[in-house]
Amino acid sequence: MSDLMKQSPLGTYVEHLKKGELAYQVNKDTNKPFFYPRAIAPETGSANIEWRVSKGLGTVYTTTAVHYKGEAPLNVAMIDMDEGYRLMSRVEGIDAMDVKIGLRVKVKVIPGDEKTLPFPVFTPAGDAK
Amino acid sequence: MSLLKRGSIAVVGAAESDLGQVAPHTTPVDLMAQATMRALDDCGLTLKDVDGLFVAATQVRMGPMALAEYLGIKPKVFDGTQIGGSSFMSHVAHAQLAIQMGACEVAVIAYGSTQRSVSRAAASPREFNPYETPYRPILPISAYAMAAARHFHQYGTTREHLAEVAVAARKWALMNPKAWEKEPLTIEQALNARMVSYPFTVRDCCLVVDGGGAIVLTSAARAKTLKKKPVYVLGFGETLSHANISSMPDFTVTGAAISGPQAFKMAGVTQKDVKMLSLYDAFTITPILFLEDLGFVPKGEGGRFVANGGIAPGGKLAVNTSGGGLSYCHPGMYGLLVMIESIRQVRGECGERQVKGCDVSLSHGNGGVMSSQCTVIFGSENTL
Repeated sequence: MSDLMKQSPLGTYVEHLKKGELAYQVNKDTNKPFFYPRAIAPETGSANIEWRVSKGLGTVYTTTAVHYKGEAPLNVAMIDMDEGYRLMSRVEGIDAMDVKIGLRVKVKVIPGDEKTLPFPVFTPAGDAK
Repeated sequence: MSLLKRGSIAVVGAAESDLGQVAPHTTPVDLMAQATMRALDDCGLTLKDVDGLFVAATQVRMGPMALAEYLGIKPKVFDGTQIGGSSFMSHVAHAQLAIQMGACEVAVIAYGSTQRSVSRAAASPREFNPYETPYRPILPISAYAMAAARHFHQYGTTREHLAEVAVAARKWALMNPKAWEKEPLTIEQALNARMVSYPFTVRDCCLVVDGGGAIVLTSAARAKTLKKKPVYVLGFGETLSHANISSMPDFTVTGAAISGPQAFKMAGVTQKDVKMLSLYDAFTITPILFLEDLGFVPKGEGGRFVANGGIAPGGKLAVNTSGGGLSYCHPGMYGLLVMIESIRQVRGECGERQVKGCDVSLSHGNGGVMSSQCTVIFGSENTL
C-alpha cells in the first residue's frame, strides 16, 4: 500500500511533470494502465502499481472549442495515449476548430508556478507513429 | 435492485413549486416546502402523514435535515443520495424499498433551486480537479459537447439533428402554460445562436431557472384510497459509470444501456408499450443518446430519428412533452420535474399536449456528466 503520509499520487505525477515527463500508472498484476493517478489500482484494489513515463504520443478521441467572451476559442480534448489510457488536455499550435478526432498529437508540459501546478498539453505530431 | 416489486407503490401527489424567477431572497428550501404542500394537497394527505423524506440539492448540503426542520416533521426514514440530476429517480427506488419493508408509509421526494437568482456558478460550484480544471472546460457543457462531437464522428449525427431536439422541445413547451419559453424557435435560429462549446450553441443547452418540485409516494393499497388516480412504479434501473468526464468509457454509450434493460425487465413491458418518454435533456445530445441506449432506436440512429420533427408534437414518438429542460424548466437538478411530466401523462392531466392512451410512460434521469443514469417506468391501473 502506498504510504500517503509520505507521498501522494498527485505529488508523484507533478514531480514527473516538473521534469518534463507525463507519467501514468500500471497495475502490475493485470498489466492494465490507468489514469488519473491513484493510491490503489481500480477494479482490483491492488497496491502492486508501477509508475511509467509515457512516450508522449496520442490521438484525439474527441474535442470541443470553448467560447469564452473576449477570447479566441479554446480547445479542450480527450487524448487517447498510445500506452492505452485517456486524459483530458488541449491541443495547442492550431486553431481550436482545426483540432479533429483522430489527429495525432505529442505532449508538451506547461510549467507551473507558485500558484498553479504544471500540466500537460499537446501539439500536432505530424506523422508520428 | 431485484428486491423491488412491480407496482408495489404508486405516486399519489405531484407538483412543481413556483418556477422561473422567484422573489429576491427566496431560498431553495422555501421552494421545496411550497412544492411539498402542493403535492400533499394534490392527493389529500397532510404533513402529519409524511414519515419518509428524500431530498437532494446543490445549494443545501444536508437536504433531509433542512427540509424536515423547515416543515417541522420528524421522518422515520430519510435519504439524501446525491448523484446529480437523477438523484430523485434513485430516491423513488429507495422510497419503494422503505415502503415495501414497512419502514415508512408516505414518502415525499423534494427539490428546490434558486440558480437563476443567485447564478449557476454560485448554485453549483464545481470541485477542483487537477486533471481537468487547468484546461478550463465549461462544465458540464463541454463534457456533453465532446460526447456530441464523438457521436457526429462515429454515426454522422449533425448540428441540424441537435437543433431538431431544441425545436421539438420548444414546440411542446408552447403547449405547456408553465413553460419558461413562450416564443417559437426555428432550426436556423438554433444553429445561429451564440456558440458556447462547439458543437453546442446556447440553444443546445438547458435553461437556467429557479424552481423545484415534490412527489408523494405510498403503498399501492393506500394509493387507491386517495384523491387522484395512482401512478404505479412498474420498473426501475440505475447505474453509475464514472464521475468525471475523463473517465467515461465510451462517450457515445451512456449507462442508460444498463438502467433501461433493468427497468424494462422489472416492469415486464417493452419499448412498444411506452407511449411517452421524459428523457433528461440537459443538452440536445442527451435525448438522442437515451433513445438509442434505452432501445427505442438502433445505436447511432438517434440523430436521424429526431430529424423532420421525429420527437416534436405529431412526430414518431412523444418525448419531453413538457418542453423539457431545454424549454420548460431546468432548475439545476431537473430529474424530479422529468418524472412529474411522465406522472401527469399517465394521469391524463396534460391538456393540449396529452398523449392519448398513455398507460405507460418512462422517465430517464441523468446526473453529473452522463455519470449516473436512472430509469423509472410508470403505469396506470390498467397495467397492473
